[in-house]
Amino acid sequence: MSTGEIVESFVVPVHPHTVLAPDQNEGWGKLRQAYDDAAQIIKDSEADLLIIYSTTWPSIIGHQLISDPNPEWVMVDHDFHELGSIHYSFNIDAEFAALWDAESKARGLQSRCVNYHGFPIDVGSVVALTLLNPDNKIPAVIVSSNVYADRSETTVLAKACKEVVRKTGRKAVAITAMSLSNRMFTEHIEPENDRIHSLKDDEWNQKILEFLSAGRLEDVGQLSRTIQQQIRVQKVVNFKPMWWLSAMNDNRNDLTGKVLAYEAIHGAGCAVVNLNPAHSGFGDKEYDEDDVEVFSGERGVLDTINTVETDQSDGPALWEPTEAEGSVNTNSAPKPVGAYPHARKVGDLLYLSGVGPRQPGTNEIPGGPIHDSNGNALDYDIKAQTQAVVDNIARILEEAGSSINNVLDVTSFLIDMDRDFKGYNEVWAETLGKVGPTRTTLAIRALPTPIAVEMKVIASI
Amino acid sequence: MYIPSAYDIGNILLACNMAQGEIVAGCLAPHPPHLVYAENPEQNEPVAEGGWEQLRWGYERLRESLKDVDYDAIVILSPHWQTYVGTHFLGLENFQSLSVDPVFPNLFRYHYDMNVDVDLAKQIHDKAHSAGLAVKMMTNPDFRVDYGTITTGHMFRPEWDKPLVVISSNRSRAYYSVEVMQEMMVELGRVTREAIIESGKKVVVLASNSLSHRHFTTESEIPEDMSKEHITSHAMHLWDMRIIDYMKTGQCQRIIDEMPEFTEQAIAETDGGAFTWLLSTLEVPKYPAILHGYGTIIGTGNAIVEWPVYRYKEA
Repeated sequence: MSTGEIVESFVVPVHPHTVLAPDQNEGWGKLRQAYDDAAQIIKDSEADLLIIYSTTWPSIIGHQLISDPNPEWVMVDHDFHELGSIHYSFNIDAEFAALWDAESKARGLQSRCVNYHGFPIDVGSVVALTLLNPDNKIPAVIVSSNVYADRSETTVLAKACKEVVRKTGRKAVAITAMSLSNRMFTEHIEPENDRIHSLKDDEWNQKILEFLSAGRLEDVGQLSRTIQQQIRVQKVVNFKPMWWLSAMNDNRNDLTGKVLAYEAIHGAGCAVVNLNPAHSGFGDKEYDEDDVEVFSGERGVLDTINTVETDQSDGPALWEPTEAEGSVNTNSAPKPVGAYPHARKVGDLLYLSGVGPRQPGTNEIPGGPIHDSNGNALDYDIKAQTQAVVDNIARILEEAGSSINNVLDVTSFLIDMDRDFKGYNEVWAETLGKVGPTRTTLAIRALPTPIAVEMKVIASI
Repeated sequence: MYIPSAYDIGNILLACNMAQGEIVAGCLAPHPPHLVYAENPEQNEPVAEGGWEQLRWGYERLRESLKDVDYDAIVILSPHWQTYVGTHFLGLENFQSLSVDPVFPNLFRYHYDMNVDVDLAKQIHDKAHSAGLAVKMMTNPDFRVDYGTITTGHMFRPEWDKPLVVISSNRSRAYYSVEVMQEMMVELGRVTREAIIESGKKVVVLASNSLSHRHFTTESEIPEDMSKEHITSHAMHLWDMRIIDYMKTGQCQRIIDEMPEFTEQAIAETDGGAFTWLLSTLEVPKYPAILHGYGTIIGTGNAIVEWPVYRYKEA
């Protein structure tokens, strides 16, 4: 099994001055130098992936991931357009973006990849990638900052990312493009007059940097709401990046931190900070917020047949997957309803426990449950359920180092053969039918949860 | 020999009624890119099966209402050109590019080609500067026009045959409060009106904003599936109807008065200042507005409203 890791982390500023006007102000020049130093640290780390969480790319429908392998355009800042234009041509790891997208969905998040010519990559990402990866040698991935996301959603986003880093064996650098205090002067100022907007902003910035230089990243994460109230203008994105960066670093308080520069850009507090995973200090935690692996918050605003949740209070209890010799278990598949693993490896073969359509994390049933908590029959979509079963099978196989293409034999169970066989068969033809395993389809009276289809799979590794 | 100053010329023009410019109509003209997507214009890459007809029919009625009204230029204030350092104005004669919505790129990838009335933009800019507002002309040719401006511009006049003045949304509400935002936008509206009158041009002014603005956080598999579209909450609906009632009954001062509560409680897109600016350019109308349409888009409330100044101006 691959074991990727986060080899370095950075906090970097978003404004275009460091690219377009570093000579116009001594502080801007220092930030530029710090950016250049950060680029050298990244180069020396032999990292093979840059991951950017940008606060200047707000999103509404979950989180978005750039998946255009080579986005090219000319970026002009909405406020500081007189500084000039930044031409960019980036090297994006589209495959990693797709995996992160899938893992996010598996953990209950809304997520999607974005691959459209001319998509406007935000100023923070453009500045960060231009300066941290000047020769474009290291592939990158960029994720948006969701307007409505709070701590749990942002944390799960990071954990999904870390899981993909682990699975793909990458040596990754986590980067947040962000300001500290973000209050700018609301009128034009001459470059030589730039300074942090207020003493209060400066004092809070210094406090944040004191924490970071001591490697106490999780403390800053848990102070995020207070920081937002104290020194942040209420723009669309709150002070969320510390949640993401802390989760990317296992919520640690004993990183090795170094502030490479702290200066003002048009009044905002801007810093380049390096956080290395080498342990320092004891890493005790001042606070103790709940940790989360999957997001189960409200996302069913459009709820109809497709998003009715199973009432687990009336259904069987969920179990942690059983650990035994050769067992294969994953957070990307729904939890068992009994004491068994997701799969078991014997020689070159994988035997999967019966797989249904329930979604990992949320336990929702795509296509809807077959009855409500009172046993009243509901309409449901057999095709959506069947597709979800196939997707769950694929995730378990991938966790085992196999794939859907290695499926050898399938036994399918339908609770209503007359009603559902046609739709089930159509999805089969488009998915497993193209792989070619042997198949047996049985009609049964019921399954333990309110689902209409389940499959038992044998595959090779 | 007496050489009149620009100030004198302005006064002379003001004294000569025939040379005066005027605002012929003001409109609330929201910009959700879904509307352009559903229209399937040749400029937009994605293809839709329709959707959001109530609002698109509203725009049709607005266009029909103004088809015989003569005007020279359109002035738009869009919440999606967000500036934190003052108010900015597009300052080049033409902008052509591809606009991709950063939030809904699946719906809006629009090839635009629009002309700007730079003279009028500069006149408004200069007047605002004289009034003490922080302003800047945007003259970088690489600048991409925001999708809000383009959506409103397309839905209001898809021919794109009138020059525009495009004004950014100064996010003073984010820095200070709704009250401060209103003071600044009332002033910007006042100088916009003065500049238009002095320009000798006939102009339509457009505020490109929604009303209540709480989005759904999920998108249906088919974005134009209207069985999934509704307001996000009853409270949002009540606020939208209250504001619409004020517009229909000529009580715009009450909108100004209640704007802080509306903006906070309905998470309204009025936070960008466009609506206050619009009402100020129209001198806070006491006559009834025409409601051409109301509908929701991913849960947000949107109204298409016209103040037919041409009907109410003094003889």
